Amino acid sequence: MTRLVVVGHGPTAYRLIETLLDRGFGGRITVLGEEPRAAYDRVALTSYLTGKSAEDLSYPVPEGITLRLGARVTGIDRESKVVTTADGRAEPYDVLVLATGSSPFVPPVPGRELEGCFVYRTIDDLDAIREASQGAAAGVVIGGGLLGLEAADALRGLGLRTHVVEMGGWLMPRQVDEGGGAVLRGHIEGLGLGVHTGAGVKEIAAGPDGRVTGLVKPDGETIEAQVVVFSAGVRPRDELARSSGLAVGERGGIVVDDGMRTSDPAIYAVGECALHEGMVYGLVGPCFTMAEVAADRILGGEAAFTPADMSTKLKLLGVEVAQFGAMDGALDVTFMDPVTGVYQKLFVSDDARTLLGGICVGDATPYNTLKPFVGRELPGSPSELLFTGGPANMDLPDDAQVCSCNNVTHGQVCTAIAEKGLTDVAEIKACTRAGTTCGSCIPMLKQILVKSGVEVSKALCEHFTYSRAELFDIVRVRGITTFSQLITEHGTGRGCDICKPVVASILASLGNGHILDGEQGALQDTNDRYLANIQRNGTYSVVPRIPGGEITPDKLIVIGEVARDFGLYTKITGGQRIDLFGARVEQLPLIWKRLVDAGFESGHAYGKALRTVKSCVGSTWCRYGVQDSVGLAIALELRYRGLRSPHKLKSAVSGCARECAEARGKDFGIIATEQGWNLYVGGNGGFTPRHADLFASDLTTDELIRVIDRFLMFYIRTADRLQRTSVWLENQGLDYVKEVVLEDSLGICAELDAQMERHVAGYADEWRAVLEDPDRMRRFVSFVNAPGTPDPSIAFEPERDQVKPVLIPLAAVRS
Amino acid sequence: MTILRENLDAAPETTGWTAVCAYTDLLPEQGACVLVDGRQIAVFRTFDGDLYATGNLDPFSGAYVLSRGIVGTRGAEPTVASPMHKQVFSLVTGECLDDPAVTVPTYPVRLSGGAVEVRVL
Repeated sequence: MTRLVVVGHGPTAYRLIETLLDRGFGGRITVLGEEPRAAYDRVALTSYLTGKSAEDLSYPVPEGITLRLGARVTGIDRESKVVTTADGRAEPYDVLVLATGSSPFVPPVPGRELEGCFVYRTIDDLDAIREASQGAAAGVVIGGGLLGLEAADALRGLGLRTHVVEMGGWLMPRQVDEGGGAVLRGHIEGLGLGVHTGAGVKEIAAGPDGRVTGLVKPDGETIEAQVVVFSAGVRPRDELARSSGLAVGERGGIVVDDGMRTSDPAIYAVGECALHEGMVYGLVGPCFTMAEVAADRILGGEAAFTPADMSTKLKLLGVEVAQFGAMDGALDVTFMDPVTGVYQKLFVSDDARTLLGGICVGDATPYNTLKPFVGRELPGSPSELLFTGGPANMDLPDDAQVCSCNNVTHGQVCTAIAEKGLTDVAEIKACTRAGTTCGSCIPMLKQILVKSGVEVSKALCEHFTYSRAELFDIVRVRGITTFSQLITEHGTGRGCDICKPVVASILASLGNGHILDGEQGALQDTNDRYLANIQRNGTYSVVPRIPGGEITPDKLIVIGEVARDFGLYTKITGGQRIDLFGARVEQLPLIWKRLVDAGFESGHAYGKALRTVKSCVGSTWCRYGVQDSVGLAIALELRYRGLRSPHKLKSAVSGCARECAEARGKDFGIIATEQGWNLYVGGNGGFTPRHADLFASDLTTDELIRVIDRFLMFYIRTADRLQRTSVWLENQGLDYVKEVVLEDSLGICAELDAQMERHVAGYADEWRAVLEDPDRMRRFVSFVNAPGTPDPSIAFEPERDQVKPVLIPLAAVRS
Repeated sequence: MTILRENLDAAPETTGWTAVCAYTDLLPEQGACVLVDGRQIAVFRTFDGDLYATGNLDPFSGAYVLSRGIVGTRGAEPTVASPMHKQVFSLVTGECLDDPAVTVPTYPVRLSGGAVEVRVL
């Protein structure tokens, strides 16, 4: 059995191992990681400071491998094929892969060892920076490149007055030209950061306690700072290769061939430590490709690495910056709007027909639409393409790369769509990996879906050719208030169990009175029709609302008495309330009479609507709490109660970062910070668990409510039938939803606000309204010709001091 | 489980009718359950005013719930979907359109004066 040893456990090593296991590698894999934790997503490192935990960023440790953490490799004995670690252990190998990554380059500046100086590379670095930032007023980042600006964003997020010092003439010199750099500078200074370009560092100054007090520029100017972060580039970690006699480049990097093999055929090198044709790659896309090439070679294949696309697109400090292809050409065309801070430049061949590359600052649309045309004939004149945001009708060649992180081509996406019958972005992501790393190609994946020959039927059912979102707009814009009108004018037949509840939900979301009135009653699924949850024996369960999970002893006693008097089985739910099971149809109004009289109202457990807003006990009682989570949870639950939506909505509020309310598993979850609230969206438990994404940070309560209002209303307008926020968010793309909700990019926020205000103002308890109306009450009988008679088929037997249903034995149902 | 409609149809049409409720007790495009000689029968009024009657037992779940399903159409066929697991049954024949091997009983139903009558033998 082949013994494979991997030195290093970063994203590239992870991808290598994953690929090997996926492809059925039969050998034994041992991974030696220097850090105390397993591989994590370094691309998303900064999100660690804005709410994500180390666990969130971690990749799962694959089954069946041996992973030794905190195991620094100190030597390779190539003759006997053994690596040794710092603790003296020896690990024999048949095949060795070096994935040692890189280390931050710290220029030899006097004072660089002082307390208060950091690099920006690992979770441990970030922990140290966070700690040092407490009590600090200002920070300075040395290096104005991609990582430097990311570090500056992090310092700013930690509340420091932040400066960036860049030796070059402008910011991000590797991605943008001087013109783009100037526009970028405008954006960043506009955020209140100090930008110093063309500036070196004379020394880092210290106070009498030996701690950093500032950075001294060569001209003698001092920038005050208690935290200094070096982000002046990285160097390949090739020391192991050097000491064991492998070939390394003059300026560092382990020399590899097209198959990622080093000068020793038993040893491969992948990722940022490898030097291929004189190039070291620091971007995740090429590194992943190297990992896949090496895996293929280890398995006996012949994959080869070709000089990789260095295109970059990112959003730093809220500014989109992108670069693709070449950074010069015979001709260039520039679009610049100083008012909005947009700079876009295309490099083309001398006949202005072939696209060579481009630079974008402030708006990266050309990256999304034009990048696949690099090296090809442009689908229009460059100036027109820049001005209109891209070609109207895009015919991409099959070999055009769509996702550069995972090296997925247009042809591969189209093939997957056609062969596997994919219908949405989430499925494309799962099937091809495109869009799973940085997500910048998601808009393009959507376009490909739309353009793909495969007819993606959005028809809800045989009665409507429209999607739910389209029906919502039809109902809203045309002011339709009945199903009959809608299906007569826009559908065929008389509806079914799919379209009727959808229309009922749309009518309810737009506020059309009680859900059982008029025609609406006939549209409701049995749960909504009886305002209770049907159970397997045809009885129903009853869930009164307990906002935020807070309840008085008196109300608890009422629930207990009702359950006892009606012989109901009781269970505490996952949403911090109490479910009462085994009620017959005709008992529901009697039960609810008692509950409503005691001050309870419908909990909408039966509806595709807001369920509960869970909470931890919060700062009122908890010694760790920083905000009143119970108070907020109650306010949110009362605000959104009864709100009908495409699927159920769950929420939770945690009073501190310990997250006892499990808010990140909810459709919208809120976690308290010292400054206010962080909002997370798109979380889910269930069949496909998903941790919610951070949507906005440090909001005041008013800001928070406004953002949630808009988020929910946008979801209600645009989601498919029975599509939870998690899948909806994956399809829309987090950035897009942020733009709509936080920046009002569609100009609809005022409408969304008004719609939510109407909901809040129009709320009435559905059960109270039933009890007050004899017409509605008439529906609650088991037998219309024998209203007082209970259903004789329903019976119970005891279990653990409560009741359980006696099930009717199911005969073979097929004749 | 299959009730043969032929047997029902063979009996003379003048006997066996039971008045179960007023027509106005039934809401358009909804069902209601009636109890006739201990038998649970689901009576439906469709959008055009037609009446249908089937057994109330959902053969897939074993619960007596069909009268609480959503009434609609599949093609030209009037249907009800079980509220439990959404199998769709023809109101005309009782056949499960999602699983033709399964059928629920149907019963003759008529309007007499303002009363809805069902014939159970």
